Amino acid sequence: MSEYTREEFLIATMSGLFGDGRFMVSGVNSPIPAAAGLLHEHQQPGFCVSIHGDPDRTPFVDGGVEPFDMAAQGRLDTFVFGGVQVDGQANINLVSIGDPKRPKKRFTGSFGAAGLYYLIPNIVLFFPSHSRRSLVQKVDFRSASPQAPEGAFRQGGPKWLLTDLCLFRFDPATGGFELASVHLGQTVAAIRDATGFDFVLPKDVPTTPEPDAATLSRIRGDVRDGLSVAYAQFAKDCIKTPGS
Amino acid sequence: MLAEQIKDGARLALPSENSGVPVAVVRALIARGARDLRLVGGPTGGFAIDLLVGAGCVASVEAAGVSLGPRGLAPRFCAAVEAGEIEMIDSTCPATHAGFIAGEKRLPFMAVRGVFGCDMLKNRSDWTVIDNPFPPHDPVVVVPAILPDVIALHAPMADEAGNVWVGNRRELKTMARAAKQVLVTVERIHPGNLVKDSAMAPGLLTTPYIDLIALAPCGAVPTALPPDYGPDDAMLDSYASAAKTREGFDGWLADFLGPDGAA
Repeated sequence: MSEYTREEFLIATMSGLFGDGRFMVSGVNSPIPAAAGLLHEHQQPGFCVSIHGDPDRTPFVDGGVEPFDMAAQGRLDTFVFGGVQVDGQANINLVSIGDPKRPKKRFTGSFGAAGLYYLIPNIVLFFPSHSRRSLVQKVDFRSASPQAPEGAFRQGGPKWLLTDLCLFRFDPATGGFELASVHLGQTVAAIRDATGFDFVLPKDVPTTPEPDAATLSRIRGDVRDGLSVAYAQFAKDCIKTPGS
Repeated sequence: MLAEQIKDGARLALPSENSGVPVAVVRALIARGARDLRLVGGPTGGFAIDLLVGAGCVASVEAAGVSLGPRGLAPRFCAAVEAGEIEMIDSTCPATHAGFIAGEKRLPFMAVRGVFGCDMLKNRSDWTVIDNPFPPHDPVVVVPAILPDVIALHAPMADEAGNVWVGNRRELKTMARAAKQVLVTVERIHPGNLVKDSAMAPGLLTTPYIDLIALAPCGAVPTALPPDYGPDDAMLDSYASAAKTREGFDGWLADFLGPDGAA
């Protein structure tokens, strides 16, 4: 039996990507990003995560528009986006599969991604089911794209793509991904097989570090407790109890 | 009855989930057999949009997202888009907010940060890129004003003077001021005039903006109405499960409308 759960590993790995910003918002249905934010609060003094669904962690008093204005003001540093598809140019799709006018499968919609893609400096793309169905050569619908006309205002954009198999780094200069690390037990060949887009392969690809004992204890203590309002079921199902 | 004010074919703005969704009005619209509504989410939608779409009341939906939140996809909405039964006009949250802000000010358009490169910008003929007229003359996405024919919203209270307290949902004030007609249901009537209460006044949509107010206790159920009540989880769970199929939805809707609610 593994010493940690898949979710605990992803929480620890994601939190390592949050950098030195001060403020993060975790969106609807985002237990792993919320947990990673809580963990990062311990690793980065001054960092704070707002969790959708937890009134004690929602510092917004001016309705739905306030987080977007805050992002434009440069006061929102970190955000995690998921979706149905991501392609090799970091376009993400939250809308549909097939022709969007008459899709084979319709999903939710783009929410705030198209605007926030230019405003938040540290954006992590999170696709926890790495396969050729989700990591594709070209998305069927671009909900958000980093491709802007010359001279367009930009104070942020996608930086990382984290999956259950590996971590990619986005290079804004080339507009593509580079393999940053592979998770324990994965190989470069397996990543290639499971990925629908081309990516840059450095000479040496490290293994993603495993969470250490102190990190796991933090996740099973303060982080687990911090999820009890918004994500109680997730905390119970996916995070081990303290001391286990 | 308040819902009779909403004509077939109207462009109807609705609050986002758990922000004052006028479920009692939605139910009356369905019972009446409303048709061809053009819904605008503020900026997203959930239970009420799925219900109206499933009941056949809707021609188009403009929204940045439609979902049942923690319960996943909005099943009747998704099925209707896949079948080509409704027109979906995809947006993104800050662009819809910008459209309502332009509408509130009766400006023709509003600029919005980012939004480049996405397929909403490519597909929507009403969104475009202009050059900032001032230095550094950078390209900027602009979207037109959203001027709904009517907005329906539910709020915790109105006072005796006809002011409606929407609390911290500022976008409801913006949306209402953008709309040509404003219909409000409330949980209760508060004695006195809240304009004089400096703690409450910032959360008011005041009388001059409002066309009709009706009392409708539990008028947002099963969606949440903070700070009055949370979501009715059992009712939303039963909806999410039933609405996965046409037959399940029809059965659920019949129960929801009750014996007097036949369309």
